[in-house]
Amino acid sequence: MIAGVIAVFLLLVIAAYACGGGTDYGAGFWDLTAGGAERGERPRRLIDHAMEPVWEVNNVWLIFVLVVMWTGFPVFFQQVFTTMWLPLTLAALGIVLRGAGFALRKPMRRLVGRRLYGAVFAVASLLTPFFLGAAVGGVASGRVSATTTASTDAWANPTSLLFGLLAIACSATLGAVFLAADARRFEAPDLDRYFRPRALAALGCVAVLAIVTLVVTHGDAPHVWHGLTHGAGLVFVVIAVVATAATVWLLTRASGAWSRVAAVGMVASAVIAWGTAQRPYLIPTSLTIAAGAGAPTTLRWLGIVIIVALVLVIPAVAVLYWLDTQGELEGLTDAELRRGGTGEET
Amino acid sequence: MHTLILAAADVPPQMLPARSMMAFTLASHIIIVPLGVALPLITVITHGYALRRGDADALLLARRWSAVMAVRFAIGVVTGTVLSFEFGLLWPGMMGRWGDVFGLGFGVEAWAFFLEAVLIAVYLFGWRRLPSRTHFLLGLPLPFVALLGAFGILAANSWMNTPRGFTLDAAGNPVDVDVRKAIFTPMFGPEYWHFVMAMFVTAGYVVAGVYATGWLRGRRDRYHRLGFTIPFTLAAVCTPVQFMLGDSIARQVFHKQPVKFAAMEIVWNTDTHVPEYLYGRLHPDGTVSGGIRVPQLDSILAGFRPDTKVTGLTSVPASDRPTATQATIAHFTFDTMVFIGSALVLLALWYGVLWLWRRRLPASPWFYRAAACAGVASVVAVECGWITTEVGRQPWIVYQNMRVAEAVTATRSTSLWITFGVVVLVYVFVFGSFLVVLLKMRSRWRLADEGGGPRPPRDASGRTAPETVPPESDTPYGPRATGSRL
Repeated sequence: MIAGVIAVFLLLVIAAYACGGGTDYGAGFWDLTAGGAERGERPRRLIDHAMEPVWEVNNVWLIFVLVVMWTGFPVFFQQVFTTMWLPLTLAALGIVLRGAGFALRKPMRRLVGRRLYGAVFAVASLLTPFFLGAAVGGVASGRVSATTTASTDAWANPTSLLFGLLAIACSATLGAVFLAADARRFEAPDLDRYFRPRALAALGCVAVLAIVTLVVTHGDAPHVWHGLTHGAGLVFVVIAVVATAATVWLLTRASGAWSRVAAVGMVASAVIAWGTAQRPYLIPTSLTIAAGAGAPTTLRWLGIVIIVALVLVIPAVAVLYWLDTQGELEGLTDAELRRGGTGEET
Repeated sequence: MHTLILAAADVPPQMLPARSMMAFTLASHIIIVPLGVALPLITVITHGYALRRGDADALLLARRWSAVMAVRFAIGVVTGTVLSFEFGLLWPGMMGRWGDVFGLGFGVEAWAFFLEAVLIAVYLFGWRRLPSRTHFLLGLPLPFVALLGAFGILAANSWMNTPRGFTLDAAGNPVDVDVRKAIFTPMFGPEYWHFVMAMFVTAGYVVAGVYATGWLRGRRDRYHRLGFTIPFTLAAVCTPVQFMLGDSIARQVFHKQPVKFAAMEIVWNTDTHVPEYLYGRLHPDGTVSGGIRVPQLDSILAGFRPDTKVTGLTSVPASDRPTATQATIAHFTFDTMVFIGSALVLLALWYGVLWLWRRRLPASPWFYRAAACAGVASVVAVECGWITTEVGRQPWIVYQNMRVAEAVTATRSTSLWITFGVVVLVYVFVFGSFLVVLLKMRSRWRLADEGGGPRPPRDASGRTAPETVPPESDTPYGPRATGSRL
């Protein structure tokens, strides 16, 4: 019972990371495709500006996923990290390069430096979600097991590849939708016009990939396919489809309001649909939630930790997003560093 | 010799690369941890001082330190994420069997990371728009959150040293987990406070060292004085406390992990009236070469009496204790840490005594030379302390419950070596860039200061006149030119 609750939490945290981290990876994707230094300058500036205050918070969701995994489901954690050794190692490297590339690009003044760090940031933004998605695909298709050691087959298979590509497409969608909204917030209508068609194109890719994935999982991951086409899993699939349609509709409207909510709804319900489809397994069909769960005392404490985390984190993150969207968060330039007071005082 | 060969045969080939990779990534991460834990405190103190006194120099310092905080936090976040991946990638055996026993502390760490990321973002990007009081108050919890962040990792490490909060079933798996006991193990308190103080001391000396160098190069204005005194005073106050804490944790190790203590002090046979070796090298036959031998001292330090019985390495089978080389490493790093700690106490005394008697800073260039080195020395001490605790625990990953060899991944050693190589390259790139960025920020700021002086020019009404401020080109974390948002 308690294990089930923790599993639901784990799924929700994964969904939060898919949305938060996904948006950042998506921004990196558009950074990569923004073109040369001159042509891509304005989109890149927007990307920098929009990601700056929030990318670290978005990364912490991943750490939270890992903590809940190893404390709540240690055997599952062990098996996933043993079997998915290579994709997860590459994802970890990608995370370092991405974060460092992004954080260190800003202080660079010379074009060569900015190019180098920008390229590191952008390429890593593409590879990291792919490998994380591939690892999830390996889990969904039941290729993780107690006896398998690290092997290429575990992640280089149709389901894994499609999950990886879907992760990229979803993050690109989220990235473009959020950047378009940020462009409106910063009163840059040209960038709004720039990102909207890109968001729609990415959504098209998501739709195509999702259909292909559904077909492929029929043979490759039968348990998940069954879960996705029946019961609660189906409900979330339907919600995801509706959210996709809503995103398209909102993106074509002049104001573009609420498109972010719809896009987040789409990605979150897709992740939840996958999790629901896996029930009652952590790894279909070899490790159930009950069998993979840690000690009951620990799970109860973990429940408390998660509740406290949510009580602490949700208001804090809400304040951050609120301040950010109100335009209250802006770095100082060096020229301003030396002014007397802060805020209105100067 | 026989046991040596046996022990070598037990070791899977992936141990060495896995260990090296973990050691390398941790050693790199730990360099920037002190700044993460203590720089927010130093910055907030300076910021508070600036607001209270209306001090423009202090405010400028706080703003610049917050920019350093930002770059450092970003590097810390990514190298920290790597470590949590490595638990699974390198030591799946430990996580699979013990994850539910000791993992919970990290949950607390996750709270801290979330709050830290949010607060840092608000503090960093709130300078321009938030009212100054609100902005300061939002920065105030940062140091506490940083302390909370240290909680999880220290709880896990102290559990690995003195594991409890579980019983073993017939198959040797942990059952009846008691989370509170697992987090608050006997070593937790000593390790936590020793670590926290180490962070304050290190960050204080590192930051002060930068301005001590400036002082030596003739930059002796108020800006540099403040930049030196605030962090140095914090570090100097913490240094003697740290010395006492260090002494107490060594005694805790003596009681709770006698074999580790034997390794740290290279004690071969259990005995009373044990001599202390300052450095020196332990050989597999139990003899010690080199070093300075002080009769009776080890017993006295451990139990305040020369007849205190100190457990030796030979009290357990060779396979259950650190090898002679490992003991020598633990001993060497332990002695280095103690030596640096003692030197820092003298430095702190020099500063403190002069301040209390004469109310002034030391004038001797030797003091500032020492202060400039103190930062590097305390980073070395942190690394040494960490090596002592990790190497001294060998061959156990979970003391007396699981060997490192049982926890290591089954991935082929070749793959691990290749990954390790890539990781080294990536880290050299990342840390090299970090250093370059800091140096660039420094020279940019110095140029700006030489242009306009650290104090902003004021007009007749006493208000800052921004248009007369010499143009300072933009730096990170605020890369936009004034007025333009995109």
